[in-house]
Amino acid sequence: MTEWLKEVEPLTLKGQIAVPYAWWVGDVGSRFLVALRDEQKILGSKCGKCGKVYVPPRKNCGRCFVDIDEWVEVASEGTIEAYTIVHYSYAVQPVKPPFAYALIRLDGADVGFLHLIKKDLGKIRNGLRVKAVFRKKRVGQILDIDSFELIEPLRRT
Amino acid sequence: MNKAAIIGVAQTKYERRKKDQIFADMVFDVTRAALDDAGLVLDDIDSVVTVSNDFFDGRTISGMSVGDASGGQDKNISTVSGDGTFGAFYGLMRVLSGYQATIVVAHYKGSESDVKITTNGMFDPIFHRLLGIEMISAAALQANAYMNRYGIGEEAFAEVSVKNHGNAQNNPFAQLPMKITVKDVMKSRKIAEPLKLLDCSPISDGAAAIVIADEKIAARGKKKPVWIKGVAHCCEDYFLGDRDLASPVALREAAMKAYAMAGIKTPLKEIDVAEVLEPYSYMEPLWLEGLGFCEPGEGGTLIGKGITTMDGKLPVNASGGALSSNPILVAGLARLIEAVLQVRGEAGARQVKKVNTALAHGFNGACGQSHCVWIVGGNK
Repeated sequence: MTEWLKEVEPLTLKGQIAVPYAWWVGDVGSRFLVALRDEQKILGSKCGKCGKVYVPPRKNCGRCFVDIDEWVEVASEGTIEAYTIVHYSYAVQPVKPPFAYALIRLDGADVGFLHLIKKDLGKIRNGLRVKAVFRKKRVGQILDIDSFELIEPLRRT
Repeated sequence: MNKAAIIGVAQTKYERRKKDQIFADMVFDVTRAALDDAGLVLDDIDSVVTVSNDFFDGRTISGMSVGDASGGQDKNISTVSGDGTFGAFYGLMRVLSGYQATIVVAHYKGSESDVKITTNGMFDPIFHRLLGIEMISAAALQANAYMNRYGIGEEAFAEVSVKNHGNAQNNPFAQLPMKITVKDVMKSRKIAEPLKLLDCSPISDGAAAIVIADEKIAARGKKKPVWIKGVAHCCEDYFLGDRDLASPVALREAAMKAYAMAGIKTPLKEIDVAEVLEPYSYMEPLWLEGLGFCEPGEGGTLIGKGITTMDGKLPVNASGGALSSNPILVAGLARLIEAVLQVRGEAGARQVKKVNTALAHGFNGACGQSHCVWIVGGNK
């Protein structure tokens, strides 16, 4: 490296790419989100071949490689399969830390459902029961479920 | 399979901020250094694979912006947007389909963007992205699932961080060589439970390159060729909830295929050193289970048994691994380069004794959705 390069002030160019998208949700996803919005119900779809109930619902089963055409309503209650309590913040998070993410096995489903837990963070354990809390104002997106809340500690008392 | 070998390797030092280099500068440096290492000139190369990601680079078709720097002008150049082990896989396929020598070069500048926002972008926008989930919190869910399945304590993961940051002290390319204790890891700031600061890899800048060649070119090389004995990759479900996060089935499948190709029956006996991609401490034991070095649930006991330490039966991440430097995409290629250096006997202070067969591993996607396993060796 020539000597003068060591004397150069390193500049940065600040920039941001802000590209608007309008992702089509698709027919299956739309029915799921409309059910959240209008009925406060969580819908899944059941593969006719392997019997697996997917939530959110899928239009086809990737493993069986067949179309799915059976709808099922799953419970808005379930069991915590995995969780993490998050202690950092960044722009996309919908809630201020600390809060938790959990994979929740809703009753009647065969896969985990990813969502938020905002309260009783110190009491969260694997295997505890939770229920969905719906937002008052719902717009047809995944955050129409505000979060999940623990129900087990209440039952124990 | 026809024979192919890795005959040239190069990597930058991995650093938090490389203020003096744009990413094409890094690509140029490692491409030229890999050619020098191989004893080849650019005219010997007839195919180029670059490894980059548009979202990380902030540039569409980002591979095109390093076409010149990677020696790709007037050549067949293509890009893999994924871990470097997958880029190398594509490079190998090109050599096996008739090209004589392929450059595979990967770059990443974590310092230029926000890794939380860019990795939030790998999740489904309709069902998951609005929740704010990204690379770190997804990994923390997997760590929790793994601990809960087998009753593993956080200390077992802390030991991996101690070992790998310690090993990094022998690696001049590593970003975070550190002498730390389990207590230091346990006391470090909570990030996403159970992960603490020292369970997580740093943000890194860096680049790496390899030259993969057919037998004829390999015979002309300056260095002892390191032969590709077996390689395979395998993918599982996209949605985290569809997967059993405590059981890396795609890795198991990839490993079995790579071992079969390499004629390996008992990996722990036949493999001398392993470099696995572990941007989070818990990943090393979990991946070692997937790679068949131990039974499911026993990965956390390997350090305690002295198996994966530098003087153990299977030293793992003698380089310090991704925990000590994690240029995303480059990090898997760095694992392969470290495996090559070990087989050559050129790994310096981090050299493991008597290495003939080495394993390198990389993955793509949240919590290791897709894994790539390489077996390389000194015998043709």
